[in-house]
Order: sequence, then C-alpha cells, then structure tokens
Amino acid sequence: MYPEDLKYSKEHEWVRMNGNIAEVGVTVFAQESLGDVVFVDLPEAGTDVAQFAKFGEIESVKAVSDLFSPVGGKIVEVNAAATDSPEVVNEEPYGTGWLIKVELADASQLDELMDSATYQTTLE
Amino acid sequence: MSDESQDQILKKTVLHSTHVESNAKMVPFGGWDMPVQYADGIIAEINAVRNVAGIFDVSHMGRLEFEGENAESFLSSFLSANLPALKIGRGKYNFICNEDGGIIDDAMIYRTGDQSYLLVINAGNADIDMEWINPLVEKSTGFTMKIVTNETAMIAIQGPKAVEIIDALSNGEASGIRRFRIGSAMVAGISATLARTGYTGEDGFEIIVPADQGEKLWNVLREAGAVEAGLGARDVLRLEAGLPLNGNDLSTETNPFEAGFGRFAYFEAPNSIAGAALKRISATETARALVGFKMTGRGIPRAGLNIHESNSSNIDESNVIGMVTSGTHSPTVDGGIGMGYVEQKYSATGTKIIIDVRGRSVEAEIVDMPFYKRS
Repeated sequence: MYPEDLKYSKEHEWVRMNGNIAEVGVTVFAQESLGDVVFVDLPEAGTDVAQFAKFGEIESVKAVSDLFSPVGGKIVEVNAAATDSPEVVNEEPYGTGWLIKVELADASQLDELMDSATYQTTLE
Repeated sequence: MSDESQDQILKKTVLHSTHVESNAKMVPFGGWDMPVQYADGIIAEINAVRNVAGIFDVSHMGRLEFEGENAESFLSSFLSANLPALKIGRGKYNFICNEDGGIIDDAMIYRTGDQSYLLVINAGNADIDMEWINPLVEKSTGFTMKIVTNETAMIAIQGPKAVEIIDALSNGEASGIRRFRIGSAMVAGISATLARTGYTGEDGFEIIVPADQGEKLWNVLREAGAVEAGLGARDVLRLEAGLPLNGNDLSTETNPFEAGFGRFAYFEAPNSIAGAALKRISATETARALVGFKMTGRGIPRAGLNIHESNSSNIDESNVIGMVTSGTHSPTVDGGIGMGYVEQKYSATGTKIIIDVRGRSVEAEIVDMPFYKRS
C-alpha cells in the first residue's frame, strides 16, 4: 500500500527520486478517501513550484481537493494520462497515475518528508 | 449554554448496521447517519442504476399519513397540488410554499384512499416542515396526522431491471402499478406499499414496509441483483435527470416559477396559504430562471460558483449573471453538468456562459434538461 522506496508528505503525496528528478503522486490513502477521481488539474510543464505549495486540484464526484507539492523546483513534466483519464489515479496511484515530475531545487527538502513506516503511523 | 449542533446524536435508519457491514462510508445528512457510498464507489453505483438496478435506503425521508373528511382541505392549505383532482392511487410532485411563494420544501403527495393521503418530505428539511405544519394542524379539525417515519422503512429500487425484479418477488403484481401511482402488494412475503416514483430518472419503486422488515427486504433485493447505492450516486443521478434538490436548487429565496416547475404550483385552492403569492408570480416573467448547463471547457461546476456573461474578457463582479446551485461530473454524460439561476435574458438554450471555477474561467453552455433520459 505504501512502497518503501518512496517518501511521503503529511498532505498524502508521495515522491519517487530518479537522479535529481522527483516524481510526485497521491497515496493510496488519498485516492481511497477521495473516491472516484473524475478531474485532475495540473500546471504547465516549465512552471516553478515551492515545497508544500499548491500545484493543482484533484476532484472526485463529490469534492475538490488541493494538491500540494512535497518538493520544490521546476516542473519538468506533467502526466497527460492523469488529466485525460483521471481514473488512473485510483487504479495505479504509484504507477500510471503519477502527476508531475519536478527537478529538485534542493535535495535537503527530502529530509522534511516521511518514510513509509512513519507515514503509516500518521494514518492510524 | 450547550451547543446542540455539536452534541446532536445522528439518527439511524433500521438499515444502518446493514450499511456498516457492507463497508459503506457513512456521513451526516439531514440529522441522519447515512451511506454516501459503498465499497465499489459512486461511479459503479451510478452505472448499476442506469444499466441494471440500484437500491437506496430512503428511510430518512419524512413520511406522514393524513386521514379524515377534512384531510384534503387541510393539505390543500399548504401543498401546491390540486388535491380534489388527484385520483385515488395516484401521486403528484408539489411544493410547500410560504406566504410569499418561497419554497419551504418539495414533496410527493399520494392519495391512498378517498380520505387518506401519504406525504413524503425531505429528511434534511423535516424539522422545518414540521415547524410549518404543526401549528396548522393545531388550528384544524376533522382529520388525523400520523408520522410513520420511524415505524416504517423506505427503500427505493431504481433502474431498467427494477420493475422486473419487484414483479418476480410479487407474483407480477408490481407492474400493475403504473408510473406515478401507488398501491399495495406482498413483496417477498412482506406487506408493502409501492409508489412507482423515484429520484433518478429511471423506472422503479419506492417501497414502504414495516420497520422490522426493512433489512429482510434490502437483503432480498440484493440477492435479486440490485446494487446498493448511496447518497453520492443519488445526487448525481437526480442531477442527470434534471431533478432539483431542496436546499441547493430550491429554497425560500426562490419560487416554483423561477425554478421552472410552475406546472406543479397549483394556486387555486381557496384556503391556500401561498395561493395569492403564487398567482401573482405566475402572471409575470420571473427575473431569473433555473437552467441546466454543460461544461464545454475543462472543469467541474460546483454549487456556489458564480456564472458570468460569456463575452467577459475578465470575470469580475460586473459581469456576474447568476450562480451555480448544483454541479458535478456526470459519468452518464461524461462531463461536467450543473444547474443554476441566471438572469432571464441569459436563460435560453444554447446561450454560452462562463463558470468561475475558483479563479479559472471555464466555458459552458445552457442546455435543455434532463441531461439524461431513459430510453
């Protein structure tokens, strides 16, 4: 449910590092709380985002939630699959349902995120 | 001083534990702890209702029985239905309006006998309705009013297979009850009142049984292939069907004519509390109208968002022409749909409008309702 190779924020987003590129998505907890995801609004690639700042919105049938970036830097890629077929966020939140890739401005930001075990204690 | 809203204990329908066992997500609604969705989610539930059949626990809705020689005249004083013209065994959608024609609630009234009626009111509004009705009851004679909400359960079964399912459980008696009619039958051995009405745009029944038979009926219907559906699906289904929700699309700040339901606002009853106001409102074009719209740009409308004129280069207060009262993503239409009030001159079908989606201008177009019509 919460892969060990990812870092987590208290806003229920995850980060997967690949070099200095941080892939970002929402956790299983987030997608289950939301229910069926029907709309994802993401910024254009090339936009800068600050750590823990709002970068988009995710909507279920009933509700709207803000998306907060667990890391800061330049957004280098956004996932068109998530905006075109929002159900991928429910189906594969750690895979095809990723949201943005961020060129990490400062690696020390990762220290402010949680590992899988710590994140899971916040869900209890 | 105690804060009653904080301490309020939510009421539970007789099906509450059944919902919890089914892993329903429970939410407060109108003072009741109700299922908003079950394990498979809102979209699966909507699809089940549109393609097969869904069941909804609507036991939280208020159910009142009136009986006696003055029942018709009494009900005519506060309901906008032409009751002398309502034949035995038929139901009618109507409104409870105040002296100004403002909508206190919308309701279904069924004539169950020569001098007997069943009134079904919204759960969220039941207390307000009773504050309105009780003083009227105290001033009147010649009938009895009995609140049967707690001693009965009400389950709605809706969808293309709904009538077939109930027919199979009632020796074919159910389909003899035609649309907008009410009757009795034994359903799975349970003595039931069946109203061929609903809130989804599908055919089906709203079934009233003794409270202690509610769980049995629910389980029989599940075994027969009906899928449990919650308030989340119900809200989308009713919006797709172009049906208003009191508290969102209807309120004391609006009236049946603005809402486009003037045909359900009979005002000729001599003792009608709202009659004079409704007659006056009906005589002229209203300043605003409730319309349906479909998003043509990317975005989902939500209640409370402003509607702007389409040629606005910047959306600001100067070009607000209305407000969204209901909105969602419709899986049946596959897009954002909504209802809202706009100034009358912007209400024509085909008019382009802009919805202010939290600062984003998203284009939409006024369309005829319903958004979905069963084939």
